[in-house]
Amino acid sequence: MNSRERALVSIPAGEIPGRIRSGELRARDLAEAVAARIERLDPELGAFLATTPQQARQEADRVDEGVENGKSPGPLAGIPVAIKDNIVTAGVPTTAGSRILEGHVPVYEATVVERLRRAGAVLVGKTNLDEFGMGSSTENSGFRSTRNPWNPDRVSGGSSGGSAAAVAARMAGLALGSDTGGSVRQPAALCGVYGLKPTYGRVSRYGLIAFASSLDQIGGFSRDLPGLALLYQAISGHDERDSTSADRAVEPVPGDGLSRGDGLWPGDGALSESGSGASLRVGFAESFLAHEGVQPEVAEITRKAGRILSSAGLEVQDIELPDPEIGIASYYLLATAEASSNLARYDGVRYGNRASGEGLEGMYRATRSRGFGAEVKRRIMLGTYVLSSGYYDAYYLRAQKVRADLRHRFQRLFESVDVILLPTSPTSAFPLGERVDDPMQMYLADVFTVFANLTGIPGISIPMGLDDGGLPVAVQVLAPAWREDNLFAVAGVIADAVQLPAWPDPGEEVR
Amino acid sequence: MSTATPLHEKYEAVIGLEVHVQLRTRSKIFCACPAEYGGRPNTRVCPVCLGHPGALPVLNREVVTHALRFGTAVNSDVAGLSVFARKNYFYPDLPKGYQISQYSRPVVDGGRVPFLHQGEPRELRLVRAHLEEDAGKSFHPEAGREAATLVDLNRSGVPLLEIVTEPDLRTPGEAHAVLERLRQLVVYLEICDGNMEEGNLRCDANVSVRPRGQEALNPKTEIKNLNSFRNVSRALEWEIKRQGRLLEEGGDLEQATRLWDASEGRTRVMRSKEDAHDYRYFPDPDLLPLVIDRDWIDSALGSLPELPWEKERRFVEEFSLPLEDAVILTDSREGADYFETVAGAAGDPRMAANWVMNEVLHLVKESEGKWSDVPVNPGNLGRMIRMIQSGTISGKIGKSVFAEMAGSGKAPEAIVKEQGLEQIQGGDELQRVVDEALASNPGPLEDYLNGKESALQFLIGQVMRITGGRANPQAARSAVKKVLEDRRGGKTP
Repeated sequence: MNSRERALVSIPAGEIPGRIRSGELRARDLAEAVAARIERLDPELGAFLATTPQQARQEADRVDEGVENGKSPGPLAGIPVAIKDNIVTAGVPTTAGSRILEGHVPVYEATVVERLRRAGAVLVGKTNLDEFGMGSSTENSGFRSTRNPWNPDRVSGGSSGGSAAAVAARMAGLALGSDTGGSVRQPAALCGVYGLKPTYGRVSRYGLIAFASSLDQIGGFSRDLPGLALLYQAISGHDERDSTSADRAVEPVPGDGLSRGDGLWPGDGALSESGSGASLRVGFAESFLAHEGVQPEVAEITRKAGRILSSAGLEVQDIELPDPEIGIASYYLLATAEASSNLARYDGVRYGNRASGEGLEGMYRATRSRGFGAEVKRRIMLGTYVLSSGYYDAYYLRAQKVRADLRHRFQRLFESVDVILLPTSPTSAFPLGERVDDPMQMYLADVFTVFANLTGIPGISIPMGLDDGGLPVAVQVLAPAWREDNLFAVAGVIADAVQLPAWPDPGEEVR
Repeated sequence: MSTATPLHEKYEAVIGLEVHVQLRTRSKIFCACPAEYGGRPNTRVCPVCLGHPGALPVLNREVVTHALRFGTAVNSDVAGLSVFARKNYFYPDLPKGYQISQYSRPVVDGGRVPFLHQGEPRELRLVRAHLEEDAGKSFHPEAGREAATLVDLNRSGVPLLEIVTEPDLRTPGEAHAVLERLRQLVVYLEICDGNMEEGNLRCDANVSVRPRGQEALNPKTEIKNLNSFRNVSRALEWEIKRQGRLLEEGGDLEQATRLWDASEGRTRVMRSKEDAHDYRYFPDPDLLPLVIDRDWIDSALGSLPELPWEKERRFVEEFSLPLEDAVILTDSREGADYFETVAGAAGDPRMAANWVMNEVLHLVKESEGKWSDVPVNPGNLGRMIRMIQSGTISGKIGKSVFAEMAGSGKAPEAIVKEQGLEQIQGGDELQRVVDEALASNPGPLEDYLNGKESALQFLIGQVMRITGGRANPQAARSAVKKVLEDRRGGKTP
């Protein structure tokens, strides 16, 4: 790898459009550098299920032509973006990480992908994931695992492990993921990058292959906050093709550099002034850190984050958070119930891989037995049980009530604080293979992230550096619905105070 | 087999209906595909109604408006908040592996439908009516080594309103009458084409038989695959007999789903209680709860046409028609409007009713039920009737004028004038004809004078023949009689 390529792929995403507009940088050069890097690093890392170098070159050329012709090239001009493979891309195979959709080429495009293209982003490929979003390590992918760029023997987290790893390894400037129980925030934490789950309803789910419809939300990864802000602005906003999409304007967030008056984005208006976030109140649950399974260094950097915010003039208060066990229990009842229904369409009749069997039932059994992995089957069975006659009230209904109660509790918490600070993942990246045979242990990785999905509130994972083992650790900040601006504000304060390590070059000698 | 007491005296049938009405909207219920019938297979489809990965449903509000029209027409409670639920099961023509339907909060709750059975006014109570999406169609071509099932998803996502009645019905005849009334209602409301053969109105019947006097309901049988009103009655008749005999032999009824086999004329078991599906209903998280506000309900209420039973009542009161005539004339809105135009122009509703029922209905049948294609203009018919009333033409001439109107489309005044069809009411013209009739028929004249009264009729008939029907029958009768009486009395002219 030469230093020029390295320099190109290291440009923070937030700076790329500006440099392209000024003519200092050509989108094509960046696309080539990224493509070369993917080709070299990914066989080992396994972040991508499909790459689109041809398309990327064409899109980059279009951006460059636009600049040459004096046309405004879009807020994300030239940024190489990777897309989690459960987000539908027209003409490009989309598998949801499952053999049942191996080779499936969608006939339409997800809203978020349309919006990225219109913004001038350059799509570099589809990233690996736990099958149908079910998992916390990307080991449940039907195809392969994704290695952590910081240590190849460790997981990259899940379910959006491919996207997190791609960004951390500088094989993309930004990436899209989806977060149902923590699947953007947790891999972001394990890979040392920023990961944002917006408020439920903020980003259209049209074209997101559904896992749990009332919990899923598309989110994004970045190595820098301005890049994340640009991504957030590009994909957010009402979509009439998604009935759960909120019909409300997208307010600016710090660092999004929204140009005024060009009418491209909703929420176009004055830039937020909260660079320092001095007036925010932070809730901190010290008792949470005593939770079983929390790695001591994770507890330590969470306290450190608290001290940083305090020094910056934010008021840090002690709060009591609901028992995470309640969160996990209701999450796994509701998510699996919805998943059992959402995955019924994979029956081999209209698309995907059909296996033959005796009669209709035989065909269904063969197709789904062979096409689905073990974790998916587990969750379908669990979810079917939860909804079945005689059990609905005891499980599904009760879980919904718990969920409603959690929503109220968080609303009350946010009366006295503006944001909540807690860990993202109880541990740094665990070894590949360590938890595959222990689903319950795997489920506990979500213990701090499921609250945001159950209550719909937004959350961000903020990298805090490395632990003694050289693995990334991170903290999480939660805010009330629609207050992503405060997430960015707090992240900005922490970013200013924390020195992040150099980005890894997995398997490379640095010259 | 002979029993001391006939079965139908010992037992009674308890019948309820589930009627699926395909709502006539421009697009499907959750996507923008056209909702029309037909089309080459799998051409009216999109990622949403195909259940592609990542696709999401968006509610078509016109569908709800149609449901509200129904709900307000039957005086039901319309829910302020209605919820869509997923009904989960696997079948190749069900793309998502679940049907979006409604479970605990249907859009329409309760309701009453007045109907007539054997001339008696009755009222059917509804349990509810809810919205759901239709599935596609499966075709099973010739079985054989290459046997396969073909699936056409054009129909997937077409909006349905499922109407569930209380088990208030006791005979197949009542079920038939109720079905007719429901069909009529949805056509009146313009929410459905009401065509069972095209599949836009479908019916499943639930029936259980119990000993008369027993209050508790016995387990019911659900009968499916009923594709015409006649088959509904036939199937119910057969099933009631089957259940009656079973009970008589000391057996127990079991809850089951049976299919009607029209060619064999019997029902067969499709699913027993053990095989019954557990649909695992839960609220669909892709759709928001439907808020139906007062404005929406009021606008549906305000847009209702006069309902069939209201029109029946009005025709009886306003036009002094017998109920059974009112029923025939109000069968469709177009027919009723046609009749009212005729009656208005004629000034004589009863006569108008007779003409419409006896003469126009044929023509309607010939134009395949389309009143707009009837070749006789209702205003013209009305004025023609007025001409009969005023004696300008006779009723008999009226019939040929009617035929001429149907053939040429000309106004009655023009036809009568052109063909010189005015009635001969009396005077010299009539007298001349009478004289001619008597002169040409000395035999009958002789017979009458010799006491054969029936010869009178023959002679009147001759007058009618000579005038080509234009003579006023009463005047002809008086004129002939007078001359004959004179002759009898010896007053020879």
